[in-house]
Amino acid sequence: MARITASVYSSHVPAIGAAIDQGRTGEPYWVPLFKGYEYSRQWMQENRPDVIFLVYNDHATAFSLELIPTFAIGTAAEFTPADEGYGPRPVPKVIGHAELASHIAQSVIQDDFDLTIVNRMDVDHGLTVPLSLMCGQPQAWPCPVIPFAVNVVQYPVPSGRRCFMLGQAIRRAVESYDEPLKVQIWGTGGMSHQLQGPRAGLINAEWDNRFLDRLIAEPEELSKVPHIEYVREAGSEGIELVMWLIARGAMADVAGGKPPVVRHRFFHVPASNTAVGHLILENPQ
Amino acid sequence: MALNKPYLDVTGTTIFDAEQSRKGYWLNQFCMSLMKAENRTRFKANERAYLDEWPMTEEQKQAVLARDLNRCIALGGNIYFLAKIGATDGKSFQQMAGSMTGMTEQEYRDMMIRGGRSIEGNRVVGEDGDAQAHRQPQGAAGRAAREDSAAGRKARGEA
Repeated sequence: MARITASVYSSHVPAIGAAIDQGRTGEPYWVPLFKGYEYSRQWMQENRPDVIFLVYNDHATAFSLELIPTFAIGTAAEFTPADEGYGPRPVPKVIGHAELASHIAQSVIQDDFDLTIVNRMDVDHGLTVPLSLMCGQPQAWPCPVIPFAVNVVQYPVPSGRRCFMLGQAIRRAVESYDEPLKVQIWGTGGMSHQLQGPRAGLINAEWDNRFLDRLIAEPEELSKVPHIEYVREAGSEGIELVMWLIARGAMADVAGGKPPVVRHRFFHVPASNTAVGHLILENPQ
Repeated sequence: MALNKPYLDVTGTTIFDAEQSRKGYWLNQFCMSLMKAENRTRFKANERAYLDEWPMTEEQKQAVLARDLNRCIALGGNIYFLAKIGATDGKSFQQMAGSMTGMTEQEYRDMMIRGGRSIEGNRVVGEDGDAQAHRQPQGAAGRAAREDSAAGRKARGEA
């Protein structure tokens, strides 16, 4: 059967993608940020999965206001990096895993989560920046990727609790797939940031680090934090962090297994307007 | 019964909820049209004429022409949609976010490098943090405005 081997958490700031694409990673501004991902790229080479299930949000790219799915799973054979107004990022096409994605969709919907199934979708920086941070600049991404888009743009977004439970359903779905695939689940977005209004530029490093502590040690309790706390403490766009709870909910300890091993933890301010957080958690063998 | 909106008292923040989304539908859909290169070209050639193709309110059109992002947000715009205008103008997300604070680009960038805006005094409307209404605009522009008004009061013999 397939299994979830690890979860990865990372911010997905567009300016990071621009720095990589334009060869500016050696600039003093960016050096500390990319240093924090050196271990991760090494780890990724040594722990290459068969599939990445990548939780992210679309930023008014594939979904305008015509259609606002709360949870959307990409079941297509491939996904094209989007033109977000600056031209498409020069990164490889994202190859999907239609069989596993369809299997997960069927299982999770039967488990009471009403997903939207998407067979045509361009993917924006929310999905491609974490891939670049973890994999560098390869000719092709190391494995197929299942895009899983969460609405965190128009309120109300799904609650932390709902996201945490969805992660558990995704784990059950993966484990009921017959092929012995190694699957990583990634939760992206955050950490504290606000991109609008007189409070733009808000960073709350103390709150962010407490979030990282709790995500590792007491995710169930963390999942009960209401939206308003994210908004007030971590900024209007800090709400993206609920997506990390989907990945965390899919880890073995939540279903009674052993606690995950913390392989890597990194925090840095700023990347453009944003606090960058990053974790790698492995399920014990 | 009214919907529960506990986020209305967060300092300097407009939450893009279903009500804002309804108000801003055409404004945001206009922004979305700028994802296509041909539309960006037509918009830049004649902004007013391009805006007139959309059933937006006059207020929304004026806010776009003035690139007043705070006004756009008050009128239902969402930052991820409004960012398409910034991309059309060749502006970065940091330049756009900074423009809503009244700070210069350099002032905003320096604030971020120093660790960003502090949460202290900026959680709830009515505190004394730098994002509160009585402290706008921020940066040198705000200091100048406040000095001017203090000088005015002094000249008029007020305390």
